[in-house]
Amino acid sequence: MRDYTVGGPEAKNAEENNLVEADWYRPELDRETMRALMVRSNGIAARDTILWLVLLVGSGVLAYLVRGTWWAIPAFALYGVMYGSASDARWHECGHRTAFRSRRTNDVIYHIAAFMDFREPISWRWSHARHHSDTIIVGRDPEIAFQRGAPLLNTLLELFAIRTIVAESKKLFLNSIGRPTTEQADFQPREEMPGSILWSRIYIAAFAGVSVWCIVVGSVLPAMFIGLPTIYGRWLMVVYGITQHAGLAEDVLDHRLNTRTVMMNRFNRFMYLNMNYHLEHHIFPTVPYHALPKLHAAVADQLPTPHRSIWHALREILPTLIRQRTDQAVALARTLP
Amino acid sequence: MNGPRWHVIGSVDDVARQDVIGVAVAENLVAIVRTADDRFFALDAVCTHGRASLTEGFVDGTEIECPKHNGRFDVATGEAVASPARVGLGTHPCRVNDGCIEVQL
Repeated sequence: MRDYTVGGPEAKNAEENNLVEADWYRPELDRETMRALMVRSNGIAARDTILWLVLLVGSGVLAYLVRGTWWAIPAFALYGVMYGSASDARWHECGHRTAFRSRRTNDVIYHIAAFMDFREPISWRWSHARHHSDTIIVGRDPEIAFQRGAPLLNTLLELFAIRTIVAESKKLFLNSIGRPTTEQADFQPREEMPGSILWSRIYIAAFAGVSVWCIVVGSVLPAMFIGLPTIYGRWLMVVYGITQHAGLAEDVLDHRLNTRTVMMNRFNRFMYLNMNYHLEHHIFPTVPYHALPKLHAAVADQLPTPHRSIWHALREILPTLIRQRTDQAVALARTLP
Repeated sequence: MNGPRWHVIGSVDDVARQDVIGVAVAENLVAIVRTADDRFFALDAVCTHGRASLTEGFVDGTEIECPKHNGRFDVATGEAVASPARVGLGTHPCRVNDGCIEVQL
């Protein structure tokens, strides 16, 4: 199996092959259209954020009211998905600061969503910047979620965030005593470590507080609302996330070869904040999520045909991941216009 | 040795409001920004974070956003105002003279 360690031996190969901080393919798009697509909107982002918070709080209140009955299962399932899955897209969009026009509002929602995703907010901002610099460049990209040759058990465990929680817990502990992880030191400037130290300590204190609360009341109920939804509500985020890059090419400088766009219905596009237009997002990360359908229409003739549905994408992804367990040379090819 | 001098880089109509263009001035790539209220600014065109060209960026008020990682700079001072941008950009005197944009470099 290739060594996916960021800063590891593959990083040297990437450097030698001019794959680091390289120039990537961009479709042609006139400047006037592009300028219009990049405009931010507090109104649209506020509407979608309020709806998310209403669903989150509403399902949480419902879950509390029906606790101890069978109705608690669907109520917590809905709450968990709003907490552990929908937060991922909010974290992502506000991390790019493209959701709202206001930088402060983006940052507030970013930190709330990062907590729900169990991601230390400072290091993940730098991790994601690297993901955009060197998308699926082995040895450079810290966010290659579906690595060739990895056991399928990893994917199943990730449905419940198990591997993420183990890795992030280790990072939180190290950061809290002032030490970055080896990979983190590769993509996060040392000057940004004080922020990671602070947030790691806040996270540890928060989860310790929830644990003490559970012990005091003699029930796991507080953790069912804070913390555990990251685990039991994570699955939908993985279903969306697997469609982004899994099974496609590594070490290329054309997002059309390593990133896919998948058409989704209105509910999924609300939950995922239009990140199903993932190829367009990677090529033009300054375009806010609400303008991605228009961007897609503007450049569609220069991109591969998008998948018709999540299921349509999974039908090519899952068999490919299985084949890549034994043959890491296997990759899905794309026909370029 | 020659000191900095003013270079005519084009007409004010070459840059739309709330937008940016790139021009080569004395072997340097310079980003010319026009704000919504018709003020012009000249900055180094390459982002200090990720080597991307700011001439493809987004002008929002008096800030310009990098097209690759969304880092932001103040167009008047060059100061980095949003991560992952951390190091400021070089700025250059810029003026409008008889409908032409001039940059000192």
